[in-house]
Amino acid sequence: MRVLQGKPEALVDVSTHYCPGCGHGIAHRLLAEAIDEFGVREKTIGIAPVGCAVFAYNYFNVDMIEAAHGRAPAVATGVKRVLPDSFVFSYQGDGDLAAIGTAETVHAANRGENITVIFINNAIYGMTGGQMAPTTVLKQKTTTTPYGREKAVHGYPIRMCEMLATLDGVAFAERVTVTSPASVIKAKKAINRACETQVNKEGFSIVEVLSQCPTNWKMKPLEAIKWVGEEMTKTFPLGRFKDVKGEK
Amino acid sequence: MPKILMKGNEAIAESALRAGCTHYFGYPITPQTELSEYLAREMPKRKDCFFMQAESEVAAINMVLGAASAGARVMTSSSSPGISLKQEGISYIAGCNLPCVIVNMVRGGPGLGNIAPSQGDYFQATKGGGHGDYRLIVLAPNSVQELADLTVEAFDLADKYRMPVMVLGDGLMGQMMESVEFSKSSENDLSRKPWTTRGARGRKPNIINSLYLEPEELEKENLKSLQKYREVEKNEKRIELFEMADAEYAIVAFGIVSRIAKSVVKEAREKGMKAGLIRPVTLWPFPSEEIARQAEKVKSFLVAELNMGQMVEDVRLAVNGRKPVHFIGRLGGMLLTPQQLMEKLEEVAK
Repeated sequence: MRVLQGKPEALVDVSTHYCPGCGHGIAHRLLAEAIDEFGVREKTIGIAPVGCAVFAYNYFNVDMIEAAHGRAPAVATGVKRVLPDSFVFSYQGDGDLAAIGTAETVHAANRGENITVIFINNAIYGMTGGQMAPTTVLKQKTTTTPYGREKAVHGYPIRMCEMLATLDGVAFAERVTVTSPASVIKAKKAINRACETQVNKEGFSIVEVLSQCPTNWKMKPLEAIKWVGEEMTKTFPLGRFKDVKGEK
Repeated sequence: MPKILMKGNEAIAESALRAGCTHYFGYPITPQTELSEYLAREMPKRKDCFFMQAESEVAAINMVLGAASAGARVMTSSSSPGISLKQEGISYIAGCNLPCVIVNMVRGGPGLGNIAPSQGDYFQATKGGGHGDYRLIVLAPNSVQELADLTVEAFDLADKYRMPVMVLGDGLMGQMMESVEFSKSSENDLSRKPWTTRGARGRKPNIINSLYLEPEELEKENLKSLQKYREVEKNEKRIELFEMADAEYAIVAFGIVSRIAKSVVKEAREKGMKAGLIRPVTLWPFPSEEIARQAEKVKSFLVAELNMGQMVEDVRLAVNGRKPVHFIGRLGGMLLTPQQLMEKLEEVAK
């Protein structure tokens, strides 16, 4: 008998706390597959965030550290500078990476820390129950923007990949979705390439995953998937914003 | 080994290297910057050593958390406003049971204050500056030599108890030059750190975490910490007694003020007054029992600090009403002069 498809070794065989229809499970799996494919599981240290993925340390079958809100890139820096040949990833949401941890994100990227960041952008604070995120799109209703996000009051949704791509330390930045088999395959390619940049010691790599949040968007799973494709991508265009491959 | 004339800040840095500190993360702030600059110069010359100027104190302390998780002997240093910014990370480091050394060369406050010596961070250091129920071991040297010696000890204590240790100096001690001999050294022993996250090679993954959603579980973790803190209290209290054998009046002072107090004790003795000095070297654990013992013998205590009266609260708890406890303090980065302390001592002895 030959197993054609199974659970990646880099994932623990437990059920997760994620809501039905959420994109986190797919992102976890894609990252775990990449860790397996590069054969780095036993030298991987993952940094979990504060937010929906706060329990990621229970799901990845690798050494894990739970960081304070927004500080994952700084914690990852500390680990990687002690163990330069290890494989270090942080897994962060939009509030963690693009609000409270903006400084840590920008400076880890600017130093070219040789780490991989998986950035889950669902345009909302999920764990605390649906408040405005730095990536909440204009007019989007959340519990703290009950009348919709207004540019005059709340400013604009922040495009992290585009911003980070301008930094010399960044080796790879791509924005993807996980809303269809085709987009998942594209996301897998992006995550694999991000991991490859770390294995090749090319610098900081980030994959931003636009992720559906039916619970806090108050939508059915299919509506949420549709909203990612039809609304979110207007503000957050998909694409590869930087890849140093072939530049050298 | 010959004695070298050195600034306090530099002595801490050199001592850290001799204690096997391989990683330093910090952010510039006066009056401790010489410490960072020394390591910025020396660390790149050594194999496996790494110095980083972080984007903020917040980032620096979280880099410390990461490096400690990966098993390194790691240090950060700052001065008061910077230490405030590190408090979030210190709480997490305590919650994760990670060892590290934090140096605070205290300056005048609150707010931006100034860059002159102060002891205004005693409460913050000893009562837990961050959120939650935790402790730091706080060492209070009073000379460049002791800064050097206690820095080595700080790394050993941190590893022994898996907890953060703070070396609490002040702006003057960091800047002053004295002769120092580096006789102590130590090294990191990774074989005694099976809990580190260095990659799950041939073992189950390790998780470093301070989150326990179930109150029963968190209480268990808290109780483990409490047990550890009780051990520290049992084993690690340090105090210096000077001329206390027959003393009737005890000055209690730590750090730089204890130097002034020692000269005042000598002067008082020359005048025929039986004065002595009690100097807590560990501010947490606080040497309460020894102070309580002294309360049986002396007529009164005079606590001298560079703040509005912070350690005096711990002295009063230790004395527990048995004898009067007086206080004298200077604020805003001003130093207490021997004359002022002598006058106060004569006043309380009347």
